[in-house]
Amino acid sequence: MRMDTDTLRAHHDLGGVSKFLCEKVDIEPHALTDFDKEVDALRQILGMKRVVSVDELRRGIEAIPEDEYHRLSYYRRWVRSLTDNLIRKGVVTEAELRAALDRA
Amino acid sequence: MSGRGQPAAFAPGTPVRVRLDWPETRGPVHIRTPHYLRGKPGTVVRLLGAFPNPEDLAFARPAEDRPLYHVAFAQDALWPDGRRGDRVLVELYEHWLEPAP
Repeated sequence: MRMDTDTLRAHHDLGGVSKFLCEKVDIEPHALTDFDKEVDALRQILGMKRVVSVDELRRGIEAIPEDEYHRLSYYRRWVRSLTDNLIRKGVVTEAELRAALDRA
Repeated sequence: MSGRGQPAAFAPGTPVRVRLDWPETRGPVHIRTPHYLRGKPGTVVRLLGAFPNPEDLAFARPAEDRPLYHVAFAQDALWPDGRRGDRVLVELYEHWLEPAP
């Protein structure tokens, strides 16, 4: 039963996964960096303006490929999802994003 | 909390089973029912209200209100090393629940 569940689950669906019986879970509070706070503020503005909802943010996070998902920090997953959402909705184009990153 | 969705089907105390379904294997989805509950028996504890279906909200589709419940599961029915007597309380939408067989 458990084997089936572990095989069929989406990679982000980590609750109750047996490997965490052996791996210690880090439950220490983490200090927020300036980057984290900026991403959070961006998410709040996009939410208030009804551009990207929390549900869309979560869907975008869950769509990040598995290896990248586990490599990215919590707020890097957020910014990755926000970017994907904004491109999908045509709010920004990939070309505009690249140009802005080149200027930064 | 508008009345666009169906009225709540399960009263507190009703034995239910979580649908044994894996939509994540069929394409892009956003679901709020954890994998370890699929096909598992539980008991409805209380109705929490009706909320727009997040499975649609996640794709910016029109979302119908769906009843949301607290459902309790015996921990040792979910995991072989779960402690007897301990329970897991999870928020689940009605369309993931079916009457216990």
